[in-house]
Amino acid sequence: MGKVAGLTLGGAALAAGLALAQGGAPEPQRAIPDPQSGRHFATPETLAIQDDDFQNPAMLWAEEGEAAWSRVEGTAGQSCASCHNDGTQTMRGVRARMPAYHARLNRVVTLEQQINICRTERMGAPALPVDSRPLNAITTYVALQSRGMPVNVDISGPARPFFDAGERFYNTRRGQLDMRCGSCHEDNYGRSLRADLLSQGMSNGFPTYRLKEQRVISLQFRLQGCVNDVRGEAPPMGGEEFTNLEFYLAWRAQGLPVESPSVRR
Amino acid sequence: MLGLRPVVLVSMFAAMAAATPAWAQTAPAVPFTVVDDAIPQPLTLTPGDATRGRALALDRSKGNCVTCHELPLRADFQGDLGPPLAGVADRYSIGELRLRVVDSKRINPESNMPSYHRIDGLTAVRSDWAGRPILTAQEVEDVLAYLMTLR
Ligand code: HEC
Ligand code: HEC
Repeated sequence: MGKVAGLTLGGAALAAGLALAQGGAPEPQRAIPDPQSGRHFATPETLAIQDDDFQNPAMLWAEEGEAAWSRVEGTAGQSCASCHNDGTQTMRGVRARMPAYHARLNRVVTLEQQINICRTERMGAPALPVDSRPLNAITTYVALQSRGMPVNVDISGPARPFFDAGERFYNTRRGQLDMRCGSCHEDNYGRSLRADLLSQGMSNGFPTYRLKEQRVISLQFRLQGCVNDVRGEAPPMGGEEFTNLEFYLAWRAQGLPVESPSVRR
Repeated sequence: MLGLRPVVLVSMFAAMAAATPAWAQTAPAVPFTVVDDAIPQPLTLTPGDATRGRALALDRSKGNCVTCHELPLRADFQGDLGPPLAGVADRYSIGELRLRVVDSKRINPESNMPSYHRIDGLTAVRSDWAGRPILTAQEVEDVLAYLMTLR
């Protein structure tokens, strides 16, 4: 990260000075310094399904995504493969470093949004609806290529305000039950909310196959569920608020291995 | 911030709601007075009903207390975000329990326990719940009647 470069130039003070000179804010502190993946809180039965690629139902989505990878769609007569060739090579590490700041659009984009940017801008194909089966399929296929790689998003420089907005969303008590994300996922992980064992709410397993929904769900679908559960008005999936929140969540999970596609109950 | 909140909450609909039970479902919070660490006076004229209160404590769309608290009853799953409620009537007076159910944030601003009879100071409440408390005044009294059986 940027901090490391500063330190080699001669100390924390200089690093801080550089950060300020670049308009950067001080390094944020994680409430959970050594995060634990959701798999740590999952039952052995669920993990057995996740860990066996022949049993993990999400692999069906990954296969659909693989097929879509080289399928020509849209007015430009192109497929993902036309630009990115062999996805098993070119997509390695992509899930681990996204969401990421997009300079031309001057905002943070999620993996799903980047796929749709490629479709509309390069392929002349319509954007796939958020959390739809075809979009979740390509996302799962791309995410699979980063499996085991540590989450490592870049929140420095122009990305920082979007990170800060995501952090504010995370820490705002909302809904009729007046809870913040951390009410459950920082203050109470390891405890039970009726039948649910609360995890740290880490995002490194997404997209995930949710047994309750019997399908692969996107991270933002899960987020809508959590906001709904506190009787809060959930912002739209794919919108700015959840995108910034997803960016913040990725940073919370920094260092955890990408586990998509995970399985959750 | 919470300490500065007026001790008596008055809403213009409260009187109407008390006179018209059918409106109670959509009624905002009724006025109450906090004395020290308690709300000594009942919120309604009708005494609470412990049997209804027990049902409310289990009902997901109502009190849902069991999601966070262990209760001395048989349930498939009980939560443990808050302390077990067995014996809670020995530890607190009914007035102290009333304040904890109505608005526990007055005791601990960082509390993760929902305020069951408060409608102000909330953010982005889902529209189907906006403007009304989680429990009506009568439902609060019912839950309290149940809590008072936990000795
Ligand atoms: C009232 C409790 C509660 C609140 C508040 C809450 N969640 Fe959750 N969340 C849950 C439960 C229960 C689950 C499913 C079990 C688990 O993984 O913790 C869950 C799961 C998740 C997961 C999936 C974790 C995994 O490994 O599959 C993420 C990510 C998440 N929540 C993020 C959030 C965010 C962000 C917020 C705030 C917008 C939030 N949650 C607010 C209860 C809550
Ligand atoms: C989302 C979690 C949650 C729910 C739902 C919840 N509580 Fe609590 N409750 C807590 C927590 C946490 C505490 C501990 C004190 C604090 O943090 O405010 C608490 C404390 C209490 C106390 C004080 C207990 C003691 O020994 O000090 C009482 C009484 C109580 N709750 C009653 C209820 C009742 C009745 C309901 C349902 C109508 C309910 N709670 C629903 C989380 C919850």
